[in-house]
Amino acid sequence: MSAAMATQTHGIDDGSPMVELRGISRRFEKKLDFAGRIAKRLGANIREEVVHAVDNVDLTIRKGEVVGLVGESGCGKSTLGRIVAGILPPSEGRILRDGIDLLNRNSADSREMKLRTQMIFQDPYASLNPRMKVADIVGEAPLVHGITTRGGYDAYVDEQMRRAGLDPAFKRRYPHQFSGGQRQRIGIARALAVKPDFIVCDEAVAALDVSIQAQILNLFIRLRSELDLTYLFISHDLGVVEHISDRVVIMYLGRVVEEAPSETVFANPNHPYTKSLLASVPRIESRKRAFAVVKGEIPSPLNPPPGCHFHPRCPHAMERCRVEKPELKVVAPGQRSACHLNDAA
Amino acid sequence: MATPTLEVRNLRTHFFTRGGVVKAVDDVSFSIQRGKVLGLVGESGSGKTVTGFSILGLVDAPGRIVGGQILFQGRDLVTMSESEMRDLRGNRIAMIFQDPMMTLNPVLRVDTQMIETVLAHKKVSREEARQRARDTLGMVGIPSPDERLKSYPHQFSGGMRQRVAIAIALLHEPDLIVADEPTTALDVTIQGQILAEVQKLASTTGTALLWITHDLSVVAGLADDVAVMYAGRIVEHGAVSEVLDTPLHPYTYGLIGSVPSRNKRGEPLRQIPGMTPSLLNLPPGCAFRTRCPRAAEVCMAEPEIRELAPGRDVRCFRPMSEAAEQAA
Ligand SMILES: Nc1ncnc2c1ncn2[C@@H]1O[C@H](COP(=O)(O)OP(=O)(O)OP(=O)(O)O)[C@@H](O)[C@H]1O
Ligand SMILES: Nc1ncnc2c1ncn2[C@@H]1O[C@H](COP(=O)(O)OP(=O)(O)O)[C@@H](O)[C@H]1O
Ligand code: SF4
Ligand code: SF4
Ligand SMILES: [Mg+2]
Ligand SMILES: [Mg+2]
Repeated sequence: MSAAMATQTHGIDDGSPMVELRGISRRFEKKLDFAGRIAKRLGANIREEVVHAVDNVDLTIRKGEVVGLVGESGCGKSTLGRIVAGILPPSEGRILRDGIDLLNRNSADSREMKLRTQMIFQDPYASLNPRMKVADIVGEAPLVHGITTRGGYDAYVDEQMRRAGLDPAFKRRYPHQFSGGQRQRIGIARALAVKPDFIVCDEAVAALDVSIQAQILNLFIRLRSELDLTYLFISHDLGVVEHISDRVVIMYLGRVVEEAPSETVFANPNHPYTKSLLASVPRIESRKRAFAVVKGEIPSPLNPPPGCHFHPRCPHAMERCRVEKPELKVVAPGQRSACHLNDAA
Repeated sequence: MATPTLEVRNLRTHFFTRGGVVKAVDDVSFSIQRGKVLGLVGESGSGKTVTGFSILGLVDAPGRIVGGQILFQGRDLVTMSESEMRDLRGNRIAMIFQDPMMTLNPVLRVDTQMIETVLAHKKVSREEARQRARDTLGMVGIPSPDERLKSYPHQFSGGMRQRVAIAIALLHEPDLIVADEPTTALDVTIQGQILAEVQKLASTTGTALLWITHDLSVVAGLADDVAVMYAGRIVEHGAVSEVLDTPLHPYTYGLIGSVPSRNKRGEPLRQIPGMTPSLLNLPPGCAFRTRCPRAAEVCMAEPEIRELAPGRDVRCFRPMSEAAEQAA
């Protein structure tokens, strides 16, 4: 967090955990197609393929924090985000929300918990019902859950829209009548209307033009201090993550490989993958330079390399890396990294 | 100076739609010398793709080039016959699209596609054509190209597929490549690999590159010159270091200022207010006027692009440096 923001506001920023993940894994079975099933019945040695989208992740998000989650396509960011938001059950592991086990509670309780966590997506258009007016998109859930009343409905919707930077005069319009940036504001107004304290943003600014992206990021920053929100901010854009996050978590093929305060990750990364990632990011400050190159492709998550997942691309890979999975270990205050190099010293 | 590989003069490409005339490209001029990279940046809808399509002669109804010249090694592509154009395309001029499947045929093996492409323009044996295909795949960093040649496009990852499309563009060592956001959908490590290859290519083969992107950071590392588009027009043009370090147009200035790394962590980003206007509904005068912090009475007229310093073209009545001078 910028020091300024930390001291400035948050009444509830007392460092107590908002969400704790303990040994969370999620597997997806890729069903065999017709030809595959026939072949299997005829005795061919094929199995249903299993993707380890998220592999034994421990993660704590504290109240008032913005945690950035980065990594390349398919590394499990969205899957982890959906698990944290409570809309996708993990295959294994425990989720504590305010210290209470989220997977082990009665339904009324967990419904309230679900409302308190909201998710905002990359493509607001896909998540907005095209046949509903903006007023109803924003106001429906609060009405159902008794957060507002019929009588107070109009005023409540206006307030939500205004807070997200939308003119309430447009509330009778449909989503397609808005620009991309405005649609993202509708998604934000809808999410905030049920009074959550925790927001999972999944590539929430990825589809927006630079100038609009800045407006929406500013909205997130403002809402955070106005409403004491906690964010899990998923993005593949390191510049955006660096700007908005207090702490950054880096994933590679389903596993967390490094976790540290934002300044530390960008100034003093530990994991070779983090270093490669940072070296590959084009920066507006650089001029006509040789682009740093990480060799090789991202391996298929269906068949990840053994040992350290990064070893086929890692410039420092040793024998041990090919067979033994490195554990996340503390390497500096607040910084954890999963790399065997840290044992060598 | 030598004849540029590409010189676009006052290009106008308009779409005649039911809602009115969309001036997608309106008075666009720039040139690219041999072996140089020009970055064309702008937000969505600003006319970048239409500019690229105009150069390749790919604009379809209801669109039409209504004015200007596109000089390729001195010859005007606008007035060229379709058969001459077809001969240049895929031979001396190539395009790389954001979606590699615009180039690749999903039902043909990669070797078939590449060999046919070679044979279409060169009188060589099939075996020589295969050799050329192999070498080119190797050049864009595809490991074990011999095996890969036998694959279908869907057997490649997104990054690999884009590399194959780039390899196809390179088959004939074209003099000009127009690349329309070819790395936008790729992961940064893969983007880094491709940008490194492209950079090597321009400097070793003398190919001129028009690199279209919305990402100023890519332009910073890749291009020699940059042209910034807004609402169908180039608003600023010059050497990358000059434009990015001391932007003169208020739009360029605002755009650079809103990049997160140019701001203090956690603080609100500097932002350009409002949104991109619809091309059917541009404000009269300067198109940026309604969002411009420097707008004044004079901006009710349409600014012409003018050379403020050698090689620095700006379309603005009240550019940023004058502000600095006034303040000083
Ligand atoms: N419903 C599903 N069924 C099968 N596989 C899935 C499913 N959801 C995700 N996966 C797989 O799990 C892995 C992680 O996917 P996820 O969407 O979490 O990645 P991501 O990091 O969000 O990627 P991106 O940056 O592309 O959004 C991928 O290999 C993906 O194909
Ligand atoms: N086939 C078409 N018919 C009508 N308008 C079009 C067509 N193609 C592009 N345009 C318009 O031209 C403008 C510029 O588009 P484009 O060059 O694709 O923008 P960019 O590539 O900069 O995002 C946009 O306003 C777009 O809507
Ligand atoms: S564990 Fe080995 S392969 Fe993995 S990142 Fe560390 S050095 Fe590289
Ligand atoms: S001409 Fe006027 S309105 Fe347009 S960019 Fe320049 S100062 Fe702004
Ligand atoms: Mg995702
Ligand atoms: Mg485009």
